[in-house]
Amino acid sequence: MKIKVLGSGCPNCKRLEKNVIQAIEEMGLDATIEKITDYADIIAHGVMSTPALVVDNNVVFYGQVPSVDKIKDYLK
Amino acid sequence: MQSIGDFFITLNDVLLKMTWLENSVNYILLNWMKMDETSLWFKGVSFFFFDVIKIFILLSVLIYISSYIQSYFSPEKTRKILGNIKGVPANIIGALLGTVTPFCSCSSIPIFIGFTKAGLPIGVTFSFLISSPLVDLASVILLASIFGWNVALAYVIVGLVIAVIGGSMISFFKMEKYVEQFVLNTRNQETVEIELDDYMSNKERRTYAFDQVKEIIQKVYIYIFIGVGIGAIIHGFIPATFIEKVLGDKNPFSVILATLVGIPMYADIFGTLPIAEALVLKGVGIGTVLAFMMAVTALSLPSIILLKKVVKKQLLFTFVGIITLGIIITGYLFNIFGYLFI
Repeated sequence: MKIKVLGSGCPNCKRLEKNVIQAIEEMGLDATIEKITDYADIIAHGVMSTPALVVDNNVVFYGQVPSVDKIKDYLK
Repeated sequence: MQSIGDFFITLNDVLLKMTWLENSVNYILLNWMKMDETSLWFKGVSFFFFDVIKIFILLSVLIYISSYIQSYFSPEKTRKILGNIKGVPANIIGALLGTVTPFCSCSSIPIFIGFTKAGLPIGVTFSFLISSPLVDLASVILLASIFGWNVALAYVIVGLVIAVIGGSMISFFKMEKYVEQFVLNTRNQETVEIELDDYMSNKERRTYAFDQVKEIIQKVYIYIFIGVGIGAIIHGFIPATFIEKVLGDKNPFSVILATLVGIPMYADIFGTLPIAEALVLKGVGIGTVLAFMMAVTALSLPSIILLKKVVKKQLLFTFVGIITLGIIITGYLFNIFGYLFI
């Protein structure tokens, strides 16, 4: 599973990354996390509201920082 | 009719001005803390506690309501709406949507690029980005609680007018060529359509609004304490004659001074309100105070530095210049015609 966290590095983006890492650890998933901070790359994913989460090249949500439990639902 | 009018005034006093809270704070300070009503300390301390409690109560309620409304909007949806409108109406709708579209300040650059990529005129994007921090739903109601509804309404209209004119002028001067090339290049890239998560249940909207209250309070509380602290110092210790001299109507440069001091400052509008309140109580003209508030919220050093990443300095200077001029003109107009509102 390839997971991307899109965001320029603001506090919200860091919170999202932390929650995602925790969700992956708790679920014991085999996944790679990539941080996309370049603005042009973020836009290329069709996203404007950061932070956003991309799983296997699909945008699953944007402009929010869901709780760890909610992220687990998205990763199932 | 008289009684209906009275009813609304009472409602306004209880819910927005919170006169009961001011009286309770003063009662506790005078009778329990045995403070001297005539001392300078009393004025400052009373202002501080009353304002801090009032702003936090109002803020929580207001952010909840405005976030609930905002949950119906998103930058992605706004872009879609604006794509179908042309000319000055697009600037007007852009400015209006700026007031209700939620996004964190770090999203402003992706939004700028995203709007440009979708082919929106630069001027429309600027109208959106100018009105967004300037006219904020929650802050307008807070403004009404301090200065009354006439001033709040006038502030909204002026804020929107500056956003529309500012954006239109950037279009008029054909400043598109001063956008950084990498931003314009995205127009040739393939567009990925993402699904707009349109559907949110009422429960999800309530959770969203509640989370926003927590998040925004965490983010702005420090500015509120600083703002109220400065307000309290102005209120209690700085002599009215001094403030009158520097910022009063007699000084023809008061508005310019207030604007130039406000521009580089980075603070939340909620933090500037208590300072504005204290200044007005000291006899500073309403136009001077509004100019200060607008300068602080519309322009700040961090936001200018951020914008520098996507536009060249010609456009940056034009943008800052138009807004500054707009704010200064607004300030003088309010000082001259302000008595009509209060």
